[in-house]
Amino acid sequence: MSHLTPEVGPGDHVLGPADAPVTLVEYGDYECPYCGQEYPILKEVLRRLGGQVRLVFRNFPITESHPHAAHAAAFAEAVAAIGRFWEAHDLLYEHQATLDDASLAGFARVIGLPRADLDDALNGRHDAKIRQDFIGGIRSGVNGTPTLFINGLRYDGPRDLASLLDVVQQVALRAA
Amino acid sequence: MDGMHSETVLKPGEKAPDFTLPATPDQELSLSDLKGGPVILAFYPADWSPVCGDQMVLYNQILPEFHRLGAQLVGLSTDGVWCHAAFAQARGLHFPLLSDFEPKGAVARSFGVYRPAEGTSERALFVIDADGIIRWSYVSPLGLNPGADGILAALEGLGAPAHHEGAVS
Repeated sequence: MSHLTPEVGPGDHVLGPADAPVTLVEYGDYECPYCGQEYPILKEVLRRLGGQVRLVFRNFPITESHPHAAHAAAFAEAVAAIGRFWEAHDLLYEHQATLDDASLAGFARVIGLPRADLDDALNGRHDAKIRQDFIGGIRSGVNGTPTLFINGLRYDGPRDLASLLDVVQQVALRAA
Repeated sequence: MDGMHSETVLKPGEKAPDFTLPATPDQELSLSDLKGGPVILAFYPADWSPVCGDQMVLYNQILPEFHRLGAQLVGLSTDGVWCHAAFAQARGLHFPLLSDFEPKGAVARSFGVYRPAEGTSERALFVIDADGIIRWSYVSPLGLNPGADGILAALEGLGAPAHHEGAVS
């Protein structure tokens, strides 16, 4: 249980160097408040340990609880298709209180996503990819959001900055 | 991997004890009512777990996948029916929560997953086949949501003979 499947591949959203010794995979939901709390922590881990760690984001929208999570994920995937996924990811986590369709249209204008691309996304163009992330998450033992995997193993420890910096550095040392 | 739970948990190959428990303030559900396909029993300690996407919310989201595999999901805890009703409504749950409240934890005891000191069940999963035989069981460390990968693997393995794993792995 709790091994990441599938492994990180070309279809993933990756931030950081491809040869980083540590790969941190987050299964997340844009409307989940705990993911929102984790967002600045993960950014800070990347900032402080640049070169040692790369971040991968996979979709795990709990749409039964979070009415805006599906469209937010669709928006981010649409932006990914024009090569700017992380801008969308960051905007969503920085504006978790306003994820309704009108707000997404505003974010699309900020980023420069064509209106037609947004409409296609909200009509399901990227749903298969989002579903694939979700199913892969279940198979990997994702048990809520956020769930983190460090070099392919589910990480069940504390997710505060000091703990994550510590564990990433330890894994980097072992991987070296 | 856990090793912290009791050795009393019913194992694969054993017959699941039948039970009848309240599913709502005026309805009861028996395990034997669910015959005809596999049943997932998810014992959990208490309603209102604070984690985002807690175990029952997660299973609610995965429900279409369980149904695709022909399985019915039932949650069980020692909470009362009104507590379950409020919890299920607040979380929008689409599967029954059974109240193992009186006599307290009797069904959890019959499956070997009661914790007398806390008055709750373990966080325990059972996959029962269409003939009422336990095919997989797993007791999670109490504070850790076990996810659903083990359940899906067990459901997909139902074509094969019962084997002994999960609870002791």
